Amino acid sequence: MFTEDAPIFQQLAARIADDILAGVHPEESPVPSATDLAVFHQINPATASKGVNVLVDLGALYKKRGIGVFVATGARELLRTNRRAEFRREYVAPLVREARALDIDRATLRQMIDDEESSQQ
Amino acid sequence: MTNAIDMQAVTRRFGESTALDAVDVTVPEGSICGLLGRNGAGKTTMMSIIAGQDRPSSGRVEVLGQEPFENESVLAMLSFVRDNQRYPDDYRLHHVLRIAPDFAPHWSEEVAAELVDGFRIPARTPIKKFSRGQLSSVAIVLGLASRAPVTLLDEPYLGLDVTARALFHDMLLRDYAAHPRTIVLSTHLVQESEALFDRVVILDGGTVRVSSEAEDVRDLAFTLSGATDVVQGLTARSTVLSTHTVAGLMSATVWGALDDESRTTARDLGARVAPASLHELVAAIGEHRPEPADLALHEKKGVRA
Repeated sequence: MFTEDAPIFQQLAARIADDILAGVHPEESPVPSATDLAVFHQINPATASKGVNVLVDLGALYKKRGIGVFVATGARELLRTNRRAEFRREYVAPLVREARALDIDRATLRQMIDDEESSQQ
Repeated sequence: MTNAIDMQAVTRRFGESTALDAVDVTVPEGSICGLLGRNGAGKTTMMSIIAGQDRPSSGRVEVLGQEPFENESVLAMLSFVRDNQRYPDDYRLHHVLRIAPDFAPHWSEEVAAELVDGFRIPARTPIKKFSRGQLSSVAIVLGLASRAPVTLLDEPYLGLDVTARALFHDMLLRDYAAHPRTIVLSTHLVQESEALFDRVVILDGGTVRVSSEAEDVRDLAFTLSGATDVVQGLTARSTVLSTHTVAGLMSATVWGALDDESRTTARDLGARVAPASLHELVAAIGEHRPEPADLALHEKKGVRA
């Protein structure tokens, strides 16, 4: 469920963000409460609140007092922009590192990316 | 935040042996605290003292601001079911469920009924014939249905099957969210339960080795693995809690943080660095025989809090 690579609240925030990007939670729709998330994932409720608050602080979620937490208008674009900033560190850096470890030269690596792109179309 | 449990310099001796040695532990109100450590580390002794069933040889204990020993007003706010709780010989489940509310002013029939049903606790079998798992189920019913402001769960998982453990977590979190309280849970199933905790206390040989927010535990220790000479070189001046070696490879669990220079060196030499997980930390502490100098070092870094 959760791995040991990062604190659970960060992993929970990333998972909710994934769901927003995938359209599981459309903009202006409610997300599950921290309590529901805690019970669902069997995690401490304070940890769940902290995960939700990461996205509230980012502006992707907002709280309606006494009602719940909702996906903000523009949240998908906001999260996409954020993820793009992480893309190089999270995906490109390990890709280049692994390619180097395997002696895959730059031209071959580019060719692989091109091939992968066409195969996913 | 006020503390539900406050232990200062608590020592408990049994004749020659010291079960708890100058224990300082605080648990804030509303916390779910994991109490971890090897068999004989002092977990049950600590719970007995918090529950007012035992008295420290020296030191001070306060539960909800009062000394618990022989203190009726505190005992009414407390639930403690020992892992080896005995019941009268002829008792069946309904006897226990009938008298339990007398000791638990916040008793919930609904919680008890849902758990009894979910755990499939037999109604007609005398409790003394219960299996280990069935006894654990009864203890969990008593612990959670009491809705006590301070709930102590001593090894609640013993003998429980995987379905029952999930039911326990589910009910614990749902009922805790609706009726917040302070929960201390001792267990050896570290990986399975660690996500429940917001605080963690690790005991070893009667002393507190870690008392910390669960989230900060990741920063307390790291594991380094790679070629034996590389790992030994990088950890030469550190407090190594435990090591495992096979044919030229070594993995070490080490207190503290690795400085940036060593981190770069480690990477250049092909060694892997990762934060020690809670179960790695508990296992490593259980293996480690601390030198007095080590303990002083951790105190300085605030690890012993």
